[in-house]
Amino acid sequence: MKKTEEILAKYSDRSELIDILEEIQESFGYISEENMRKIEQTLKIPLVDIYGVATFYSAFKLKPSGKHIIRVCKGTACHVKKADLIQSRIEELLGIKGGETTKDKKFTLELVNCIGACAKAPNIMIDDEVFGELTKEKIDKILKEVKRV
Amino acid sequence: MKKITDLVDAEKGRKELAGDRITVGVATCGISAGAMPVLDTLKDANLGVLVEPVGCSGMCYNEPIVTVKKDGVHSIYSHVTKEKTKKLVECIRKGKKCEEFFVANKLSEIEYYKKQRRLVMENCGVINPLKLEQYVASGGFVGLENALKIEPAKVVDSIKNSKLRGRGGAGFPTGIKWSFVSCKTGKKYLVCNGDEGDPGAFMNRTLMESDPFRLLEGMIIAAYAIGSDEAFVYTRAEYPLAIKTVQSAISILEKKGLLGENILGKDGFNLKIRIKKGAGAFVCGEETALMNSIMGNRGYPRPRPPYPSDMGLWDKPTVINNVDTLANVAVIMRIGVNEYTKIGTEKTSGTKTICLAGKIKRPGVIEVPFGIPLREIIYDIGGGTPKGTKFKAVQSGGPAGGCIPASMIDLSLDYETLTGAGAIMGSGGLVVMDDEDCMVDVARYFMSFIQEESCGKCTPCREGNMRLLELLEKITGGVGTREDINLIKKLANFVQNCSLCGLGQNAPNPVLSTMRYFMDEYIDHVENKTCVAGVCRSIITYSITNKCVGCGNCARLCPVSAITGKLKERHVIDPEKCIRCGECYRNCAFHAITKSGAKKS
Repeated sequence: MKKTEEILAKYSDRSELIDILEEIQESFGYISEENMRKIEQTLKIPLVDIYGVATFYSAFKLKPSGKHIIRVCKGTACHVKKADLIQSRIEELLGIKGGETTKDKKFTLELVNCIGACAKAPNIMIDDEVFGELTKEKIDKILKEVKRV
Repeated sequence: MKKITDLVDAEKGRKELAGDRITVGVATCGISAGAMPVLDTLKDANLGVLVEPVGCSGMCYNEPIVTVKKDGVHSIYSHVTKEKTKKLVECIRKGKKCEEFFVANKLSEIEYYKKQRRLVMENCGVINPLKLEQYVASGGFVGLENALKIEPAKVVDSIKNSKLRGRGGAGFPTGIKWSFVSCKTGKKYLVCNGDEGDPGAFMNRTLMESDPFRLLEGMIIAAYAIGSDEAFVYTRAEYPLAIKTVQSAISILEKKGLLGENILGKDGFNLKIRIKKGAGAFVCGEETALMNSIMGNRGYPRPRPPYPSDMGLWDKPTVINNVDTLANVAVIMRIGVNEYTKIGTEKTSGTKTICLAGKIKRPGVIEVPFGIPLREIIYDIGGGTPKGTKFKAVQSGGPAGGCIPASMIDLSLDYETLTGAGAIMGSGGLVVMDDEDCMVDVARYFMSFIQEESCGKCTPCREGNMRLLELLEKITGGVGTREDINLIKKLANFVQNCSLCGLGQNAPNPVLSTMRYFMDEYIDHVENKTCVAGVCRSIITYSITNKCVGCGNCARLCPVSAITGKLKERHVIDPEKCIRCGECYRNCAFHAITKSGAKKS
């Protein structure tokens, strides 16, 4: 995990704000107020601008996420191939709804708009890995494995 | 000026491609189907043959795909999972064809490819995406060589004469767009729009993962033509493999002198390409919002004029082209305008990469000439709907598009034909729907998507689409009225005419097109409280009758544990928990489950 200072040392331009926020998101799992203030101090970008950008893009989280992010694709192809069933099953197994994090902070469940693997619908992503052609049985197996690891 | 073969060992690439070789498709679809362990197992098997990764051949329904060329025989294998690889290895060692997973000897023998015309995608699934030698051996960078031999203005003319239209959705003539910038002096930018936010579209991702040099060659030609020395590839953060692949490809080209200064020895022709990642905003596929995002701002669109060609990135003239458009540029400059204009229609030359998904037997990425009838795409290439359900409609153009009903399936694939039918070409995602899909729910789904993605800047889109969503939710919720339908039409018209950008202007397209062709479903919902497709949760109810023998199968199948009951006793469905997926209904061996709300009265 990189320190904020290490990350900020690479950047100097206002136009790189989204790149900065992406690195902070990757290192810390979310964008804290403390980090936003550090960006403001180091790069002289108004805090309101930083907050405005951080709240506009759905990739940025302002609250800590779980260790693993499970993204259920709600794109058109997944929708017609029963993404609702997949979402409901995961919610049932983890005991949380879309947008929430499990009490043990292991998993955050997100509902996202199209990850672009439509030929293998319905899909989910767990962190950077895509799992496709899902059924109730496959979901049960995958989550069991992920929980174990 | 140098030749590409001065910089790249094309002979090495040619030998690798022509010789004995085993390939495994490891683009995103292949990986999600389990291709990485297959690649590893084949490499570890020490078969004495080059084993290497390739991208996506477009045949996503057959992943993981392995091709084996040995002793002059070429075989294509499908659904080769890790467990089955051992068997394949044995067959290869014995020099035998592995019948169990064998598909064909050549792509051209496969039904899926017979009506396709692969120009942009010709290397996808064939070459190792990051082996420049193989790209050059396949004709790569001949387009750039040809471009650099003539003046930039002549390159612009070539693209104009090719009748290449922007592949991102609007179909604006690319050469004309370039000419608005090429005539200007001073700093100019080139942007490749790889945001591909449309649900159902993944052709840009496929190209970036499978043939990144094709895209980059197109960008270098474009930059030369318009006079730009700085370019960006804007791609969505949801495509980690595409980002990594394009970044690696850029580094390779920089090392070889194909990016940087004096490209291919052409004095004064310099270009730097950088990747800019999106951060999860559909609106950033719209060019003015995209530019704001590149500049580190909230992704707000702005009115046009001024167009990006006058005032783009940092107020400088900017050309923004789609991934597919730029790949076509590389093709055109290699094969020539005359050859290119032989393909397609009078108004639109060339081919279109299309993503087929949804209720289709053979989902994947295809490439077809403009003018092909939709019927041939859905049936001849796609194989029709699976397991005997009835084809109902095909959604074209994502949330900005519309539905083409089954009755209009002989329409040809072209910008004007689709627009005339109430849909749009869009990026080329076709999502096939059958009689289990409710068209009112489809409209509600798209409106929900748009309402979430609306940037909020202009009132017609922000408020108008929210109200449209509420009305559609009333209808799918079983409490809609005829007046609601009339109000939707009025409001949709207003939102189309008054929204600031393409997102808002096109947001009402799905609801208007479903009303145009499927008004009977809307009437059924409001007057008869019926959803014939059996989708809308507030209208459909599943119940277990006294035919139930208490086998417990339905309870096991239920994804949300909505069914309870003791063994050998009649089970019960909790309507609060039930998500109306229909799994219990379809799988009850005793026909003990009824569905109400789906029959036309």
